[in-house]
Amino acid sequence: MKSNVLRIAEQDKSSGAESTPVAVATQSTSHSSPPPTDAPTKWLGRDKLAGILRGVVLPFLTFAIVIGVWLLIHTHVVKAIPSPLDAWHKAVEIFSDPFYDKGPNDMGIAWQLLYSLGRVMAGFGLAVLVGVPVGFLMGMSPAFRTALQPLIQILRPVSPLAWLPIGLLLFRAVDPSAIFVIFITCIWPTLVNTAAGVQAVPKDYMNVAAVLRLGKWEIATKILLPATLPYIMTGMRLSLSIAWMVIVAAEMLTGGIGIGFYIWDEWNNLNVPSIIVCIVVIGLVGIILESGMSLIQKRFDYNLR
Amino acid sequence: MRPKAGGDACNVYLYKRCVMSAYLSLENINMSFTAKGNTFCALDNVNMRIDRGELISIIGHSGCGKSTVLNIIAGLLQTSAGGVLLENKEVNAPGPDRAVVFQNHSLLPWLSVYDNVRLAVNKVFAETKSKKERHDWTLHNLALVHMDHALEKYPAELSGGMKQRVGIARALAMEPKVLLMDEPFGALDALTRAHLQDSLMDIHADLKNTVIMITHDVDEAVLLSDRIVMMTNGPAATIGEILKIELPRPRQRLEMADDAAYNHYRAEVMRFLYERQRAVAVA
Repeated sequence: MKSNVLRIAEQDKSSGAESTPVAVATQSTSHSSPPPTDAPTKWLGRDKLAGILRGVVLPFLTFAIVIGVWLLIHTHVVKAIPSPLDAWHKAVEIFSDPFYDKGPNDMGIAWQLLYSLGRVMAGFGLAVLVGVPVGFLMGMSPAFRTALQPLIQILRPVSPLAWLPIGLLLFRAVDPSAIFVIFITCIWPTLVNTAAGVQAVPKDYMNVAAVLRLGKWEIATKILLPATLPYIMTGMRLSLSIAWMVIVAAEMLTGGIGIGFYIWDEWNNLNVPSIIVCIVVIGLVGIILESGMSLIQKRFDYNLR
Repeated sequence: MRPKAGGDACNVYLYKRCVMSAYLSLENINMSFTAKGNTFCALDNVNMRIDRGELISIIGHSGCGKSTVLNIIAGLLQTSAGGVLLENKEVNAPGPDRAVVFQNHSLLPWLSVYDNVRLAVNKVFAETKSKKERHDWTLHNLALVHMDHALEKYPAELSGGMKQRVGIARALAMEPKVLLMDEPFGALDALTRAHLQDSLMDIHADLKNTVIMITHDVDEAVLLSDRIVMMTNGPAATIGEILKIELPRPRQRLEMADDAAYNHYRAEVMRFLYERQRAVAVA
């Protein structure tokens, strides 16, 4: 099985081009398909078909059950919960014109999402800019690590939202405060993972560097950074997915344009179908962020190449 | 007019050193570690002289300090006393003139086969070779170990033996004065090991490198070496015996199996290892 995966990876490489998406697809199918034993080939096609069918049918069943329960709640428990059909109609309405703009208090869902994403990216980007170098210092210098560790231990378990008032005080504006909260969200996983990655660099690589007489800067860029990249990527991936969760709550508190406040606004208007649409949309955007990050990870993580 | 005794002794010492100088020499090496107030002496009074072009094996039981000796020569470890002279200059820091082939190959997994070797070539020949020459030199060394077919492969895509070949190519590409090999074939299966041993003999016949190899394989030591350095067990391990292997080269693995001299050498090493230096029971 392993050699099979390996061979496919090789084929991808020999086919040249940076066709990472293709590589992902082929690899995942080779994982899920049964091991190529000496079974006749006609059965292989059939097995694959069955696998795909199973992959579609089982999740579809789950969705059906959830929608059924939802319908039951709507009809028998809480009437105020809109029916799936209401939600569907609302979705069609919302997505018929996602980019409308009728002033700052009334904008299409696409704008709401883009504003939220903008804040997440700003906070996330800042956290990476600060977290990776500081994490590097922590990994390389025991003194630095000892100095920072207790502070990080105390602050890491705190909900980033607790920092929102501090942000509002510091920046006296809503947008930077939300970005500040996202920064706080992202900084810890980035920092901790980077530091762990630097510490996990095998001694052998450092011996190679020593034999080659690499300088400090060369060691950092040619050995430590590439060796640590998988850890940094993991930290970034974790950060981003948490940030996407936190931004909704942060915007509910700060107001303005953004998917979080949009939900809160719709709640105040008792427009529950939109909220349900938003929940699904936030989930989908989360998936897109996650797969975007894993694409980047595949590109940079030598373990996944 | 009598010269001071001290001065005389010193002169005699210097004279001896100049006249009898070896290519690489280990002088009275002592290696001690202090932990929790207890001093543990790992190596004591290790002396060795190695001529240019010699292939030396160091053999001994696990934990006898073979690797420590190699790391000291490499400059990766500092001695507690004594030192290493290479062409009469003391060496106490790592450098590409003493390239190391590590047991677990230590290739950088994010670099391709070519780039792993090229990194070393770029560093060592930054000033002395042009870009084109560095490229050719990289290819040349990979061809030497028969790995020029896999330039764009990553280490994870290679078998253990192939990785070790690339590791050897990287070390050779540094054009080292001494090639240090730390149980280079220890992690390989018997067939692959035989292949690599043959490759190493070919390369050695070709380039006449000075090689120091750590091994715990008696056959490997006898087949490859000009001399076998047998180490006593620790603590305070030292060189127990040095066996000169006077088998003509090139040596053929199959012919050696029936060769009386070969088997005599082999028995000699075995006797040292299993009669005079029994493995420590707890090991």
